[in-house]
Amino acid sequence: MEFALSSEQALLQESLTRALETHASLAKLRERVAAGNTRDQTLVDALAEFGVYGVITPGEWGGAGLSMLDAALVSEALGRFAAPVTYVADAVVAPLALVEGGSPAQQQEWLPQLASGKAGACLALSEAAAGARDGAGVTEKNGKLTGKALFAFDAAGAGVAIVATKDKRLFLVRAEHFTLKKLPTIDATRAIGELTFKDAPGEPLKAEALPRLLAAARIMLAADTLGAASHMLTAAVAYAQQREQFGRLIGSFQAVKHLCAEMAAQIEPARSLMWYAAYAFDEAPEEAARMAAHAKAHLSEIGTFVARTSTEVHGGIGITDLLGLHYWFKRIGLNRQLFGGPERLRAEAAAHYGWSATA
Amino acid sequence: MDLAYGPAYEALREEVRAFAAKHGKDAPRGGAGFGDMRPWQKLLIENGYAARTIPKEYGGYGAKPDPLASRIISEEFLAAGLPTGMSGQGISMLVPTLLELGTEEQKQKYIGPTLRGEMIWCQGYSEPGSGSDLASLKTRAHEDGDDFVINGQKIWTSTAKQADMMFCLVRTEPDAPKHDGISYLLFPMSTPGIDVRPLTTMTGGAEFNEVFFTDVRVPKTSIVGKRGEGWRVANATLRHERGMLGDPNQAMTRFKMLVDMMNEETVDGRRLGDDPIWRDRLMKLEAQVLAMGFNGLRNLTAAAKGEFPGMSAVVVKLQGCELNHELARFAIDALGELGILYESGEHLRNNGRWQWQYMFDLGLIIGGGTAQIQKNIISERGLGMPREPKLAAR
Repeated sequence: MEFALSSEQALLQESLTRALETHASLAKLRERVAAGNTRDQTLVDALAEFGVYGVITPGEWGGAGLSMLDAALVSEALGRFAAPVTYVADAVVAPLALVEGGSPAQQQEWLPQLASGKAGACLALSEAAAGARDGAGVTEKNGKLTGKALFAFDAAGAGVAIVATKDKRLFLVRAEHFTLKKLPTIDATRAIGELTFKDAPGEPLKAEALPRLLAAARIMLAADTLGAASHMLTAAVAYAQQREQFGRLIGSFQAVKHLCAEMAAQIEPARSLMWYAAYAFDEAPEEAARMAAHAKAHLSEIGTFVARTSTEVHGGIGITDLLGLHYWFKRIGLNRQLFGGPERLRAEAAAHYGWSATA
Repeated sequence: MDLAYGPAYEALREEVRAFAAKHGKDAPRGGAGFGDMRPWQKLLIENGYAARTIPKEYGGYGAKPDPLASRIISEEFLAAGLPTGMSGQGISMLVPTLLELGTEEQKQKYIGPTLRGEMIWCQGYSEPGSGSDLASLKTRAHEDGDDFVINGQKIWTSTAKQADMMFCLVRTEPDAPKHDGISYLLFPMSTPGIDVRPLTTMTGGAEFNEVFFTDVRVPKTSIVGKRGEGWRVANATLRHERGMLGDPNQAMTRFKMLVDMMNEETVDGRRLGDDPIWRDRLMKLEAQVLAMGFNGLRNLTAAAKGEFPGMSAVVVKLQGCELNHELARFAIDALGELGILYESGEHLRNNGRWQWQYMFDLGLIIGGGTAQIQKNIISERGLGMPREPKLAAR
């Protein structure tokens, strides 16, 4: 029994963090955000060199064939830097859709491109994951898709979209067959869009893959929030050890220390839950959907608490653009809402016990 | 990550299951006294299911420390609904302390009878004026010939009424700095001059006592460690105590009871489980129970390698005790008006356990290092934040 990261995984975290310190600094984040750049090519290239885009893709298509936990550790590292890059769709969910739901021809065409970072993907799964708002939804007839998909994820530079229809079937649609409108959101580090389909040719993927895709996306966002929350705690602790008031470091006041302790006390067990959810995705598939729902709901609650508390520890400077802490605050806020908010995810988790509001 | 235990451990699991099937009928029932527990305890020690890692020469089973084996044993006992070995402060706190710091004579004299449940201990640490600031304790032991003579008072002493012996912190060097003037003594509760008075708490029970000492004479050989080094000895023991509180298995057991409640209880004929409000609240708690459970596995993995897990271990007392308390809170809320019932009566659920637990657990949040002390520990030792500056001497 070994409930711990392997030495390879620890090394992956460490070296990826070092690379991101160079390629995803706060100064670079500001430049990219100012340019509206949410899939920065230099960052994509740096990550591609690292093999990040092929993390879970099997070796026969040019990937590393690693586990969902490895993919989650990458997501956590990107969250720690609020990195403005499309990873969840390109490297994890779209490849998974192809590996578990694609035809050999689809796999051959798309997996190598995605694994090398040459092609991007976006996810039009919001209606299936969180329910339809404003009458959104896509329908299929004779192989043609029509309708709108809101809150498409990683909608920047995508060559292909993975689309769930109202009746929960899955299709692959090439970029030339839909129009993309970017949706301005609180989080400028992420690309969120509205996709419109008009008789767009949809290439079917196996519908059974849909719950797996949602579970994977939820694990990735939970891990991203974990990374972002860890950063916000580190930032709060560092600030409290440098800021003086009343002639002493504010970090020596129990009122401030206890806020930091509460953040740490929430984050650390949540990390264990995230590890398990990612592990279960590969090793205990019968539990995967439920654990992913719990992990994302729980990390969303903790993330919200940490985002608010860390900002508060910083005092007035915490809410300024000058400090930049708000990028993480907003990233955590965005993660919470997408692919199902905590209440919806908990309702899904409750189904395990046979409980439902309509009984 | 590999959650499989492997063939050697699975063999142990089979062995424990076979034991449970064969001997389960001999197990004492819940609420059994110390006397009724002894034959069961003896059987468990012989089979290595209690006192597993205590050396044979001191009355234990003599296995190498193996947290994974211990976990399998406790899992299987829990699954079979059998009581594990005796616990209590003698076995869980004093015995490890003596093994680490006791003399050979003390080990021989105390460990065996304690393990067998023939010698029950209580802990004399807290005082009315010394709670979180334990090192300020004032119970005095002055030297008189070959004896120490003890005067003062202890409080929050559980099992003092039943105990044969006390392990106790006293001030032997009143002029030394507070941490350097304390000694750790062991003595019988039958020693003349000891007066035990039950302390009734908000639960209505007397789970604790006050213990008064008037010219209590104990031989100098009762000391563990050197004179004035009692603080170091006590810290060895406190380390063992914090490991005991906030056990994730307890939270999982309680959570399962709540799931049953959601299935069994109805309001206007509708199951609680089908009410979105209770469902949402319970699922929120389930995520926390799972998180603490997996966190426990992480700590277990580190312990099995002989490593200190760091932050994931430092937060256990705070988070575990809060979670247990929240689970009791949920039960009371979900029971609605039934939740006010207590002690007895036809409508009472689970013998009034949830109200009792909600009140008793608040004591656990405070005891063994309050939540605020835990937050100091997490921020100072875990996050490296500065200590509160000391006040200038008054």
